[in-house]
Amino acid sequence: MSTLLGLALVFAQLSLLAFGGTNSVLPEMQRQVVTLHHWLDAQDFAAMFALAQAAPGPNMMVVSLIGWRVGGLSGALTATVAVSLPSSVLTYLVSGTWQRFRDAPWRRAVQAGLRPVTVGLVTASAALLIRSTTVGWATAAITVACTAVFLMTRIHPLLVLAVAAVLGASGLLY
Amino acid sequence: MSDHAKPPTIADLFLGFFTIGMFGFGGVLPWARRMIVEQRRWLSAAEFTDMLGLCQFLPGGNIMNVTIALGARFHGVPGAAAAFLGLMTAPVAIVIGLGAVYERYADLATVRHGFAALAAAAAALVLSTALKIAAPLRTRPLEVAVGVVTFLAIAVLRLPLPLALPVLAAISTILLWRVGQ
Repeated sequence: MSTLLGLALVFAQLSLLAFGGTNSVLPEMQRQVVTLHHWLDAQDFAAMFALAQAAPGPNMMVVSLIGWRVGGLSGALTATVAVSLPSSVLTYLVSGTWQRFRDAPWRRAVQAGLRPVTVGLVTASAALLIRSTTVGWATAAITVACTAVFLMTRIHPLLVLAVAAVLGASGLLY
Repeated sequence: MSDHAKPPTIADLFLGFFTIGMFGFGGVLPWARRMIVEQRRWLSAAEFTDMLGLCQFLPGGNIMNVTIALGARFHGVPGAAAAFLGLMTAPVAIVIGLGAVYERYADLATVRHGFAALAAAAAALVLSTALKIAAPLRTRPLEVAVGVVTFLAIAVLRLPLPLALPVLAAISTILLWRVGQ
């Protein structure tokens, strides 16, 4: 199977599974990209995720980046289109009839049911990322400190990421 | 006075979302709301909230879904395509540029160390998101149980999401619905 077709199939599936956004499908993305297809190793996957956080735009940018690493420019475009098209077609089709079921009891029930599942998925994403990014006491300390900052202050996340990157690059931590 | 300015053209949709795509660091949604409701007044606050409700309910990136729903509302398929391409063009180009820089300099110790730290901080961002959305569940043991089972299925057992998600979502929905009755 060609790599482009593989990328298209993997990310098209993820598109329709991404309830609660990119963060809920990271474990499955990692399973497909790292474990099943061996396109990247786990560290590289975590690095791509980190890099995507440093770019503007939707959280989905990690998908374009993985596509680019795996298949160059055509890989990036393939992965981006694949992750966008199925959910976009669905949104397009449903947006016209949303009024009809917006207040339906089943709609509220499904949304309530999805909520704790999303929490479990995002927590799983965090656990898997932390397992790949923790390569010694310094990275562990950064994760703990940044989590505290994100939870307890209103400092812009991008600034926190930048400070962490500079601290790391300065070599002070190693 | 009406809440609305005049409806956007296809070019307005592209340019409006292009701007927030460029500047929307750390999540685009607040910027999108500001542009759509406050600055350009394409939708009222209530209409935007309603549209966001749909976009959060459906799978896919929330902001991506907003471009589709909003573009479609004003100009059908061409409107949806214009808004979507507006949002994505700059970020995709920028992220690929960053990827190229990374690949070129990944062998330097400085870059490697900087990246290890950046990745650790990015993982912390996801962890803090998880903790924030988990907090409201504290008082609802059944939802905590669903969250824990989901975590174990995905992070520990590494079950495939296409199989696990429909099952977990269905069980959770039925369970919470019956208990709520």
